[in-house]
Amino acid sequence: MSDKTIICRCEDLTVQEIQEWIEQGYEDIEELKRAARIGMGACQGRTCRRHLINELARATGKNPADIEPPTFRPPTKPLNFGAVTGGSSDD
Amino acid sequence: MIKTADVVVIGAGSIGCSTAYNLARLGFNKIAVLEKGYICRGSTGRCAAGIRQQWGTEMNCLISRYSIKQFEVMNEMLEYESDVEFRQNGYLMVTYSDKEADMLKENLKLHKKLGIPVQFLSVDDIKEIVPDINAERIVASTICMEDGQANPFKVTDAYYRAAKRLGVEFYTYTEVTGFKTEGERIKAVITDRGEIATSLVVNATGPYAKFISQMLGHDLPVEPERHQIVVTEPLEPFLGPLVMNFHHNTYCQQVVNGSILTGYGNPEEPKGLNYNCSWQFIEELAEKIIDQLPVMKNVNIIRHWSGHYGISPDGQPVLGTVPGLEGYYLALGCGKGFMLSPMIGELIAQCVAGKETTLPIDILNVERFEKGELIVEPAVV
Repeated sequence: MSDKTIICRCEDLTVQEIQEWIEQGYEDIEELKRAARIGMGACQGRTCRRHLINELARATGKNPADIEPPTFRPPTKPLNFGAVTGGSSDD
Repeated sequence: MIKTADVVVIGAGSIGCSTAYNLARLGFNKIAVLEKGYICRGSTGRCAAGIRQQWGTEMNCLISRYSIKQFEVMNEMLEYESDVEFRQNGYLMVTYSDKEADMLKENLKLHKKLGIPVQFLSVDDIKEIVPDINAERIVASTICMEDGQANPFKVTDAYYRAAKRLGVEFYTYTEVTGFKTEGERIKAVITDRGEIATSLVVNATGPYAKFISQMLGHDLPVEPERHQIVVTEPLEPFLGPLVMNFHHNTYCQQVVNGSILTGYGNPEEPKGLNYNCSWQFIEELAEKIIDQLPVMKNVNIIRHWSGHYGISPDGQPVLGTVPGLEGYYLALGCGKGFMLSPMIGELIAQCVAGKETTLPIDILNVERFEKGELIVEPAVV
């Protein structure tokens, strides 16, 4: 994987950019989400989460299993407002 | 961790960081900020990012008016290398009933008096500003084009970095567990990572404030009120101002990256800290939003989160000293902490330094609840 490899496709972030954030001291996934916006796009981290955990493990020497993932919340995939109300008023 | 400090600020949200920055500017040398999570973990990082002056009480209007002046120059003021993303795209306040319309008219008189540029809008005006709005049920509406939004993470980061450059020490993942006192005086703050001797403490913990106060035997009537918010996929700019609807109790705005951010808090819900997200909320929100902006029917929700207002009995900030506890200060925005953070930081720092405050804050002292002198804010959503 080169430094220019995209790690988060939704927010357009490269591995190098994430490494720089980690070097600045952002070592918590929740914090990286807020600062760098990794995992904040349409897929909500489904693609980048594991890669990010690997990067954090490499940088901090932690076991990947000890790195807290972000919380999983609904909706699990993008869902439009119309689908949620699904005919409850007009039909 | 340092052993002694001139001032300890508890909480590293927008108010805590702004207070620390302002204290450093006033010449305090040893300032420690304690945060139980990471910077911006609590209410600031979960808020809806709106900034408005259209309030119903003079103090809320004034503090927000002065704060907006600072947001306007914040990148330069804090020498911030990034951008706090302050945008003045306005706040559109919408009402569906005569009673709510009367409130807007009352507020308008106050805004005129204070020189806040708020306009009453006809239905045609509204349609022109937000073409996608469903204006059928709108009775009255006002707009202030100086209102807007900023990025809460960036604003807090800007204050954090500026404070650090001035020598402020930040301790994250450090939880306050108690205090040492002598009579009415504070002697030290106890944390899970050690103790800091200090005689001055600022409580800037938003919805956690009452739990910190409890450690000092102080009964603070500020309760955590859960709000939930969803954010959508990014869209081309179409919304214009933030739309605040008093009938639906909702706020809805398009942020800089194009996403729509919308949510509300259910006032019926029991007060307390609760970071869960409920499905019922999404269903109810969808009805409320499609009624206001039918085009939202086809827009995808991508994320949902919850956070809290630390809400006071009258919906106004709680600022300043606490009777019977020397050296203890409250810096609580009570549901509008983020948007008021520039001024609350300045006012509290002045108060701690024993200087005259830019705005009179005595009226916002916590004593008012015991005395029954509430100043009820009518324009809360």
